[in-house]
Amino acid sequence: MKEDKKLLTDIEDALANCMKCGNCMEVCPIYKEIQTEAAVARGKLSLMEAVINGNAEISAGFDQRMAMCVSCKACAVKCPCGVKADELILRGRQAAVKARGLNPIKKQVFALLANRTLFDFALRMAGLFGPLQMKKLPGRMAVVARFPMPGLDRRRVLAPFAATPLRSQFPEHINAAKPRMKVAFFTGCTINYVYTDIGQAVINVLKANNVAITIPAKQHCCGTPVYMSGDVELAKVFAKHNVETFERVNADYIVAACGSCAEAFKIEYPELFHDEPDLQRQARNLAAKTYEISEFLVDVLRFRQDTLGPVPATVTMHDPCHMARGIEVTAQPRAIVAAIPGVKFVEMKEPARCCGAGGSFSLAHYDVSRKINDRKIADIASTAADTVVTSCGSCRMHIVDGLVQNGRNQECLHVVQLLDKAYEAGKCLQFKQP
Amino acid sequence: MESCLLNELRRIVGTAYVLTDKEDLLCYAYDATPGFSHMPDAVVSPANTNEVSQVLALANTEKIPVYPRGSGTNLSAGTVPTKGGIVLQMTRFDKILEIDEANLVATAEPGVIVAALNKAVEQFGLIYPPDPGTVATATLGGTVAENAGGLRGLKYGVSKHYVMGLEVVLADGSILQTSGKNVKDVAGYDLTKLFTGSEGTLGVITKIIVKLVPAPEAKKSMMAIFSNLDNAGNSIAAIIAGKIIPATLEILDNATIRTVEDYAKVGLPTEAEAVLLIEVDGIPEVVEKEAAKVVEVLKANHADQIQVAKDAAERDKIWAARRAALPALAKLRPTTFTEDATVPRSKVPEMIRAVNQAAAKHKVTIGTFGHAGDGNLHPTIVCDLRDKEEMERVYKAMDEIFTTAIRLGGTLSGEHGIGLGKLKYMEDQFGEVGMKTMRAIKKALDPNCILNPGKLVGEC
Ligand SMILES: Cc1cc2nc3c(=O)[nH]c(=O)nc-3n(C[C@H](O)[C@H](O)[C@H](O)COP(=O)(O)OP(=O)(O)OC[C@H]3O[C@@H](n4cnc5c(N)ncnc54)[C@H](O)[C@@H]3O)c2cc1C
Ligand code: SF4
Ligand code: SF4
Ligand code: SF4
Repeated sequence: MKEDKKLLTDIEDALANCMKCGNCMEVCPIYKEIQTEAAVARGKLSLMEAVINGNAEISAGFDQRMAMCVSCKACAVKCPCGVKADELILRGRQAAVKARGLNPIKKQVFALLANRTLFDFALRMAGLFGPLQMKKLPGRMAVVARFPMPGLDRRRVLAPFAATPLRSQFPEHINAAKPRMKVAFFTGCTINYVYTDIGQAVINVLKANNVAITIPAKQHCCGTPVYMSGDVELAKVFAKHNVETFERVNADYIVAACGSCAEAFKIEYPELFHDEPDLQRQARNLAAKTYEISEFLVDVLRFRQDTLGPVPATVTMHDPCHMARGIEVTAQPRAIVAAIPGVKFVEMKEPARCCGAGGSFSLAHYDVSRKINDRKIADIASTAADTVVTSCGSCRMHIVDGLVQNGRNQECLHVVQLLDKAYEAGKCLQFKQP
Repeated sequence: MESCLLNELRRIVGTAYVLTDKEDLLCYAYDATPGFSHMPDAVVSPANTNEVSQVLALANTEKIPVYPRGSGTNLSAGTVPTKGGIVLQMTRFDKILEIDEANLVATAEPGVIVAALNKAVEQFGLIYPPDPGTVATATLGGTVAENAGGLRGLKYGVSKHYVMGLEVVLADGSILQTSGKNVKDVAGYDLTKLFTGSEGTLGVITKIIVKLVPAPEAKKSMMAIFSNLDNAGNSIAAIIAGKIIPATLEILDNATIRTVEDYAKVGLPTEAEAVLLIEVDGIPEVVEKEAAKVVEVLKANHADQIQVAKDAAERDKIWAARRAALPALAKLRPTTFTEDATVPRSKVPEMIRAVNQAAAKHKVTIGTFGHAGDGNLHPTIVCDLRDKEEMERVYKAMDEIFTTAIRLGGTLSGEHGIGLGKLKYMEDQFGEVGMKTMRAIKKALDPNCILNPGKLVGEC
């Protein structure tokens, strides 16, 4: 049997468990916009079954339909039969890659990603030359393209690439006076190359809590984007590199300020190496000490609250899919916001509904991802909040885009940035009260 | 399908709303019924009544089968395009047209999701009672066409008790209005009822007028555990004889209890023969009184354990067991048949015992739960469709279950409809004259048999 098809027969039993009840229709953000059966999990699982039964081919059409998924996991959580449709759909993409090869644009991008030095160079260049191509939008860390760029919708609002990546702004080791512990910071690419302000906030907040920080210079992208596209072999290369790098630094804990990055370390890496016991053991060790930043601050560090100053803001929160349903961290970011004096917190109606970013999904299917995002923006708007906080750089970028497109002026920050502001305000407070 | 025909369809509804790619067609080859699958030639999504009318007129002239489809959650293969042709996807009909508070009536298009209608009328203190397990996904059109019921069926009935009027496009494309907002309306044949439950075989529903009822002010839930099935059965009879009509009166049998406990750990004793879950609703004083009386009846009938929910959290805990029933059973094996055998409620224990015997005799796994108060049971058979030998035993057990239901004076379906799944037993229930009459109606309204051909009344 051909290897591509074998990838699907491996999951034949998992596919057969879908009883076609249609419960996933209620929650699938893609189905809500497109309204065809092929858009919902049930349809995509049936297509894979059809391939196994010889009723369909792994065609361009198959590929396109597997692509219509933001991997938000909403279907898997809803499914009465415990079918993990999001993972099975990734398997479908993997089969498509095996059968048909990666699509040419992705191939180029991934070839770049694979070479860490080149990758770093390219994204730095983007930071240096970005201003020539991008027009800055006032006040919100956002830009739009001046010229058409391949694979990018011109209307789309992006964040500028940083002139200096985060990891070049800071030394590899940041010590504390009497450090309580040593934490390794996995920055992920979004924070390193784009949202350095989030990374800066993570460092400030850890410092405020007397933690020694190490930011391993050789870390690579977590690999989630390539994994999601079905290129599992390349994802493994990234994962192996990161596992070995972080094993070497020997920190007490590893933190990431991105739900997907944390999920990669906590869940995906150990699974990726199911047939390489040594690596799997290493990955498991690391997984056990990896935390998403809010989770770490609340559950492990019990962050300082006596030095927090007031931040006058009305705040609402978007839960990234991989936080809410991936690593199931939703209470901790709320606990952080609740601890900040002066903040009025207003919950939106569906905080954990996908914002539509879905990694590269929003690049390839901008119109659908915009529609999903418009619902999120409407939900945000109905709270009367002036600030939206979230825990993922891609979500932040997508929400900022949505806010601009819908003529809204809310600010969008990472939760940890709000906390950073509060520590900053606390310093002034001490200054005023001798 | 010929290309000029497809072009004509595209002209009627717009190119984007005719799907012909194989990958899309494969996704309309099934519904929630195991064991049936067939690809259509095209999927057509009309936007309004006029477009439906044009599509049907064309299909009728060309004698092309048409299968109306809502969300495809039915359990009787009602939307499987067994003869190819057109799947008529009705989900673009998604508007609630009017909520008439003064008359307690709502008018909506068939593609509206039932839960969305309930959400819209909630602010007026009203509910639309039919609530199948799929309320959050099923369409109003699909539920009306299927005559769907739900957990509240005992007190509130099924869809047909709430449909007041319909707009229907007949097979030749002509448009029919039936009844309307009048509470009393005895003019002519009751066409509204005829189309309600017609499973897409007599016409395509394009507009629905439904009756709404005041939302109950208070609810009280309780759970009773029985080590003896007959005591549970006697309790059901005694509650009704005591002139109390609970909104919900559900039963779980031993196989279901064990599976639920294994899966959800809700604290059920696995040796119990039956669990009854009861909810009374209405005006607070009456609810209190009725709940007390139900407890009395349960005690008199030797319930081993009775729990009454004191608040919303406890109520939720009680219903967790019922909510877990289908998922827990479904997770046991790949394929799940949720059957719909219904008997007069006094026969519930006898029916459950017959199901258990059938399960033992044919060596298949069946858990039975369901709406005991209205006699509507869901023997749920879990198996693996890919195992031919096992499936033979499954179908034998099914035959036995349905013959028993009919022998006990029951019916083939309490809420899921007939479709293809239960077609072969229809003659047993209705006899030759009954079937002839139904086929005559089908032929009068759809002489070319283009609407959901072969379903409900079989070939004609
Ligand atoms: C897990 C699960 C639990 C369920 N629980 C219940 C329950 O508690 N009670 C219950 O009654 N049912 C239940 N069902 C069955 C199913 O949800 C109902 O039959 C529902 O009414 C189907 O609605 P739908 O929109 O999916 O219709 P579909 O499945 O799309 O269609 C159902 C039938 O209606 C016809 N139809 C659809 N739209 C139209 C139209 N506009 N005009 C004419 N004909 C039309 C179709 O041709 C088909 O014959 C359950 C199903 C599942 C999978
Ligand atoms: S909810 Fe689960 S079982 Fe139901 S159709 Fe979706 S994937 Fe299949
Ligand atoms: S993961 Fe999200 S987008 Fe993908 S099928 Fe499931 S619900 Fe839809
Ligand atoms: S998940 Fe996103 S931000 Fe995190 S490392 Fe991967 S690509 Fe970068």
